[in-house]
Amino acid sequence: MADTIILEVERFHPERDTEPSYQSFEVPLRADWMVLDALNFIKDQLDGSLAFRWSCRMGICGSCGMTINGVPKLTCETLLMDFAPGPVRVGPLDHFPVVKDLVVEMDDFMAKLQKVRPWIVRKDDFKPQREFIQTPAQLEAFHQFSLCINCTLCYAACPVSGLDSNFIGPAAIALAHRYNLDSRDQGQEDRLDIISQHEGIWDCTVVGECSTVCPKGVDPSLAIQQYKLTATKEWFKSFLLPRGKN
Amino acid sequence: MSSAKRSNEPIVWFLFGVGGFFAAYFLPIHIMLYGLAFPLGLAPDPGYDKTYALLQNPLTRLYLFVLIMFCFFHAAHRMRLTLSDILNMRHLNTILAFVCYGGAIVGTVAAIWMLAVVH
Repeated sequence: MADTIILEVERFHPERDTEPSYQSFEVPLRADWMVLDALNFIKDQLDGSLAFRWSCRMGICGSCGMTINGVPKLTCETLLMDFAPGPVRVGPLDHFPVVKDLVVEMDDFMAKLQKVRPWIVRKDDFKPQREFIQTPAQLEAFHQFSLCINCTLCYAACPVSGLDSNFIGPAAIALAHRYNLDSRDQGQEDRLDIISQHEGIWDCTVVGECSTVCPKGVDPSLAIQQYKLTATKEWFKSFLLPRGKN
Repeated sequence: MSSAKRSNEPIVWFLFGVGGFFAAYFLPIHIMLYGLAFPLGLAPDPGYDKTYALLQNPLTRLYLFVLIMFCFFHAAHRMRLTLSDILNMRHLNTILAFVCYGGAIVGTVAAIWMLAVVH
């Protein structure tokens, strides 16, 4: 087997280019290398101007998400060897504005995330004196949704978020669902107002790609469908018992 | 917060969801029996008279009405989303909704009419 592989990397300089283009680099093909290692090799040895985000190298920080051969993946846990003999195409995540090369603008996602209030909301004057005890079953109810690392691979994979930039999107809804399912939380009503809008859950057409590409095994599609059921029940309830706040 | 506009999508999604249940679990039984098994002789054909007698029971008619109505709305919703997203017709959303759900309503009314006039 060849001991090198070609990496076709998408380049875009906002001040110079009008269109992104691909640049090929020949990098060593090592059995223990991830795609991120190859990108770091390019940056260190071949072209220092290449821009990309990374941090932890172990699938926890969620910053190195890119499109590898058309599929959104974390580059730190994607083996280079899997694409031998190559070439491998690396681009920025789809459906996000590109800042430079492989770096995308996350502001829109951050704003959406904040909108759904992904933290524990209390309506009462709650000042715990000690740990808030949860049973294993109560933890189990939301645990998988709490594993999200905000890598936004699901937004890049979701065709709806490509079609409608207002769609709140898989990760934000999954995280809202995570707090709704938490026995300590009391913010369900507030979140429902945001999430049951058309740009919330109803934009989702159950393509399911979000759950397929999630590197942490979170199932945002399930969260959205469960939320649809809750929102539908609430819709019928508000229809039958018009809004007199209890 | 509560001033945010909630979507009216739940009603069509509810019809779609229930229709999905009927389309997945019940419709295949009818297709298997009346579409394949009886005509191909894989199962003894009950024949016209027995099927007709079954239809005299109001419960059969009620079942067929529910089955047909929900399946129509399931198909309408799926058709609307397919056209709007896959064929990129989002800007025609109102027209698509009118045609798809309108079609389902027409189909449902036709089913009611047929179930009512069969004697």
